[in-house]
Parts: sequence; structure tokens; C-alpha cells
Amino acid sequence: MSSMQTVSHGSVFFSLVNRDIKLAWSQGGGSLLAIGFFFIAVSLFPFGIGPEPQVLARIAPGVIWVVALLSSVVSLDRLYQADYEDGSLDDLALSPLGMLGVATAKVLAHWFSTTLPLALAAPALGILLNLPDNAYGPLVASLLIGTPALSLIGSVGAALTVAVRRGGVLMFLLILPLYVPTLIFGVGAVDAAVTMTDPLPHLALLGATTLIAFVVGLFASVAALNLAME
Amino acid sequence: MHRFANPAQFNRLADVVLPWAIGLTVLLSVAGLYYALFSSPPDYQQGESVRVMYVHVPAAWMGMFVYMVMAAASFTALVWRHPLALLAGKAAAPIGAIFTALALITGMLWGKPMWGTYWVWDGRLTSVLVQFFLYLGYMALWQAMEDEEKAGRAASILALVGVVNIPIIKFSVDWWSTLHQPASVMRLDGPTIDGAMLVPLFLMAAAYQAYFVVVFLWRMKLEINNRKLSVMRQASLQNTETQMEVAG
Amino acid sequence: MFDGLGFQAKSGDFVSLTGKNGSGKSTFLRVLAGFIPASEGAMGFSVDGESATGVARDSFLMVGHMNGLKPAFSLRQNLQLFSRLMTGRHIDDDSLLEAACTFGLAALLDESVQYFSSGQRHRSALTRFCLVPRQIWLMDEPTVGLDAENRQALAGLIQRHIACGGIVIAATHDPMGVSGQTLNMDVFRPTGNPSVDEDWL
Repeated sequence: MSSMQTVSHGSVFFSLVNRDIKLAWSQGGGSLLAIGFFFIAVSLFPFGIGPEPQVLARIAPGVIWVVALLSSVVSLDRLYQADYEDGSLDDLALSPLGMLGVATAKVLAHWFSTTLPLALAAPALGILLNLPDNAYGPLVASLLIGTPALSLIGSVGAALTVAVRRGGVLMFLLILPLYVPTLIFGVGAVDAAVTMTDPLPHLALLGATTLIAFVVGLFASVAALNLAME
Repeated sequence: MHRFANPAQFNRLADVVLPWAIGLTVLLSVAGLYYALFSSPPDYQQGESVRVMYVHVPAAWMGMFVYMVMAAASFTALVWRHPLALLAGKAAAPIGAIFTALALITGMLWGKPMWGTYWVWDGRLTSVLVQFFLYLGYMALWQAMEDEEKAGRAASILALVGVVNIPIIKFSVDWWSTLHQPASVMRLDGPTIDGAMLVPLFLMAAAYQAYFVVVFLWRMKLEINNRKLSVMRQASLQNTETQMEVAG
Repeated sequence: MFDGLGFQAKSGDFVSLTGKNGSGKSTFLRVLAGFIPASEGAMGFSVDGESATGVARDSFLMVGHMNGLKPAFSLRQNLQLFSRLMTGRHIDDDSLLEAACTFGLAALLDESVQYFSSGQRHRSALTRFCLVPRQIWLMDEPTVGLDAENRQALAGLIQRHIACGGIVIAATHDPMGVSGQTLNMDVFRPTGNPSVDEDWL
């Protein structure tokens, strides 16, 4: 009985990814909320700043990026908390994946279900904000490269506040400063395209930030989750 | 390990160090301020307002230095579960936040006459501001959980993640400032500093260091006594319960 | 939290943890599962008389106060998911039905867990032991909210498991109807100034 039948880790991993994507898009899931927030928050800017097309075009990359950051945080507070509260985090900890695998799967699911749709929805918002034609490619590219970092860094904040009641606001305070490099390079790439310079160095730095977030984010998340489960 | 971890021993050591550190702080501050305000030449470009530098630059250094102290304490706390290290991080954080805030405020006051504006979104200012937010986050996380031990370790994880962020922000300086107004970048390595200016600068830096040691030790003693108090309360509560069991 | 606690559980053993509220039953189960690092002491583990290092986390299956069910899914989906997450394999419908029958949940298989009562949720959570083969079962108050019939089903399940060489460790206030050792956690409460770290005084 104790002899372990060989376990397919890949199958476990993708079941978890699949589960989280389904939950994110089911009733009470965070993805639709985040995307709705993304649209509404961006569309507030023309009201606040005025409808001049040149002004909007100038601020469009920054606005889209900043609101993408905020939308991602909005969806993050349930990343681990739902599993922590209903006890399935304990179950997952005893799964063959181990916590590192669990965190990786959950971050991947969050990226796929929430932050990736933000990147794909961004061009529509670009149109609303009169974004110059040549900036759409860099905008989507920068979001595609940068959004994994949003999920990864956000995962640290979500794991640190998992046991904190009303941890959502605290999470904003913890995560947003850590998002600054991603924001700088992401907006840098789009702005470079707008001003007809080469966006590639910005994208490369953005990629480097995402890679660092990959390593640091996952290990810090696992440490924080282990701490919360004690 | 537990020889160094012993809070009572730490308290004794702190009591020995504290009078010296206090004396040194007073001495260095007086000397530093004298040199800074009276005995150093005004800058040929910046005039008298260069004197803000003697308050500002060491404060910025200390903001970084204290963060590294906090991060080292956090690392020690997480890896070796050193009970005093958690408290060391907690004790250091507000001091670092104050130094960082001081650097930001004096920088703004210096910037107004120099650049014509209090604030520029340049890389250095932004990175220092982010560092200030990291301090706030660290302290907020300490406050957020009832279990002190858990709160401290969660905050320690955040402090270590923040360390990785600091050099990234530093490197972003160049890219950031080419996009926005690249003017008036405040550099440490920029203007070659005259020897007459270096003396007050280093005196002030040393004074800040001594001041940090004083406040840090005070805060450590405070935290240790707080912990002692809660341990004693816990013990008396459990004793009462045991006695009631015996009586009943 | 506890002091001088030592016990040995062999393959085929049932251990019930008793003790007052706050005596650390739940905490001890979490220490065993490896969630909480023990400050001192160690878990020994031996296979066929030879000591092995540690107990792999995937020898354990645990049920705690929370049931780990996702209200958005049906019971069938929940059980399938649990099986996949723990073993990586898909569970066929026959085995699923058989497992659900253990605690009389067969009729509820396709209902959304959202509408379950707390007793039904608890029985759903206990069904996990029929789904995933793991050697060591850790149960925290498994009898709470169970009627006589389901308690008997639970006892039967435990008996079958230990007969096959499993180990069951349950924290409980009620007699479980399974013979085995009893570990009274009250005994291990530290004497004198309990759990006071004297370093600080």
C-alpha cells in the first residue's frame, strides 16, 4: 500500500492550473472583476484630464500600464487566500508537487486567466486613448513580457497577506513599490516607439525583470506560504 | 548561537555601549554642524545652499545602510531563527524610514533653489521614494498579524525581496531619465567635492551612524522588554489556570 | 507546546489523540504532517527495521477542520479534482460512486457543493480517504457532526485501512469504535512555567 505508484507530476501540475483557471472564471472568481476594473479605470482618465487627443495619446502608454498593475493587484488578494480559508492549501501542501510546484501552478494560472487577458485587452483601450499606430506592437509586446512579473511579484504579496484579515489594502502597499521596475521598462518600451526610438533595450530589461521576478517571486511565495500554514 | 541570542546578555552589552555612543553622537554632531555651517566654504555655483548637502547626503546613505542592516537581520532571523534578529529588524525599520524621509525632504528643500522645483521624477528620487515605501510596507506587515513571530518573519521575507529591488531601481536611472526630463540629476559622483567639504560631510555621516547606534540600541531594549512583558503575562495566565485546576 | 511527547506507531496501528481543548491535538497533527517544524525532537521512520530519513509528505493524507471543497464545483468534480491533485490520475466513475457510497453521498454526486449542509460537506471531505491511497491518515475531529451510521462507516473504513497496514492518527473527543493506542495530550503539557521561554526573563 505504501509503495508509491509512479505519480505523473505534469498531470498534477496541469490539473491544478486547470482548476485555478476554472475557478477564476467561475462565479466569484477574480478575472472578470479585474478586466472590468481595467476598462473602467482607464476610461476615467479622459474624464479627468480632458478629451484632447494629443494629451491622451501622450499619456496612453503610462495610463494603460499603471491601470494594468492595479487591476492585477485587485485580482490577487484571492490567489492563495481562498485556498487557505477552505483548507485546500493544506491538501495541496501534501500533494506530490510540493509547495514550489503548487505556487508555480497557481501563478501560471493567474497569469493565464487574469493578467494575460489584460495584455490582450490593452489594444482596445489604446484605441480609446488615441494611441499612435506604431505603439500597438510595443504595447502588447511589453505587456506580454511584463505581465508574468505582475503575477509573480503579486504572488509574494498575496502569500504574505494570506493569513491577514482585510489584507487586500495591505497588499497594495507591499506590491506596488515592487512593481516599479516593471512599470518603468514597460512604459519605456511603448514611449520609445511613440518617440521613434528603439524599444528593444527596454523590452530586454523588462524581460530581465521578469526573470528575476520568476526566481525571487516563487521562492519568497513558498517561504511565505509555509509560514502561513504553521 | 544562543550565547549571542540571549536577551539579558544583549541588554547588558547595550548598557555598556550606550553611554559611549551617546557621547560620540553629541560630539560628532556638534563638530559636524560647526564645520558644515561655519567652517566650510560656500560652493562657487550653489552658494550657501550647498550646506543642505551635509544633512542630506549622509541621510540618504543612512537610508540605504539601515535597509541593509534590516535585510541582514531578516536573513539571520529566517535562516537561523535567531530570536533577537527579528527584533533587530523591527527596531531598525523606523530609523531607516526617518533617515529616508529626511533625505527626501532635505533633497526637496535643496532642489527648490537649485532646480527651481521641489520634486523631479528622476531615477534617484524615485528609487529613494520606493525605498521609503518598502520601509512602510515592512512596518505595516509587522502590525498586520497578531502572532508577533509570524508577523516578523513575513516582514523579513518582504525585506529580503526588497533588497533585490533596490539595485534594479538604481540601474533604471539612465533609462528613466532619458525619457523624462534628463535635467538636474543629483549625483554623488558628479561634482568633484573639495576637501574642505569632505570634512563636514564625513563628520556628519559619522554622527548619523552614532545616532543610529544609540536609537537602535534603545529600540532593541524596548522591544526586548516588551517581549519580556508578554512572556511574563503569558506565564502568569497559565499559572492561574493551573492553580484553578488544582483547586477545582 | 508539548514536552516529553514520544510515541511509536507501527504499520497497522490506530492512535487516538485525546485531551482538553487547547492541549495541542490539532497542532500535533500539523507537526506530524510537516506543516509546523518541531522546535526540538524528531520523527523517526523505519522501513523493515531499517531507519529511513524522514517521512515523505506524500505518505500523509489529512482532514482538518476545513474541508477543502470548492463550492463552485459539484461533488463529483471536487472528488475527481482531489484525486487528480493527489495522484495525478483520473478516477473512473465506478470507483467514484463506490467512494461516495461510503458516507451515503451517492445521490449528491452531481449537486453543487455550494448547497451542501455542513454535515454533508464534512462527509464529502472524509470521502477523500476512499480516493487516494496514502499510508498515514491524519484526522482532526473526524466524528464531529456524524450520525451513528456514518460513525460506523468511518470506523469500518479505519479498520480496513489498518488491516492493510496503514496507520491512522486521529484527534478526537469521542470514542471511535476502533481499538488502538490512546495518547492523552494533557500529559505532555510542560510542567512549571509552561511554554515560557526563560531566555527572555
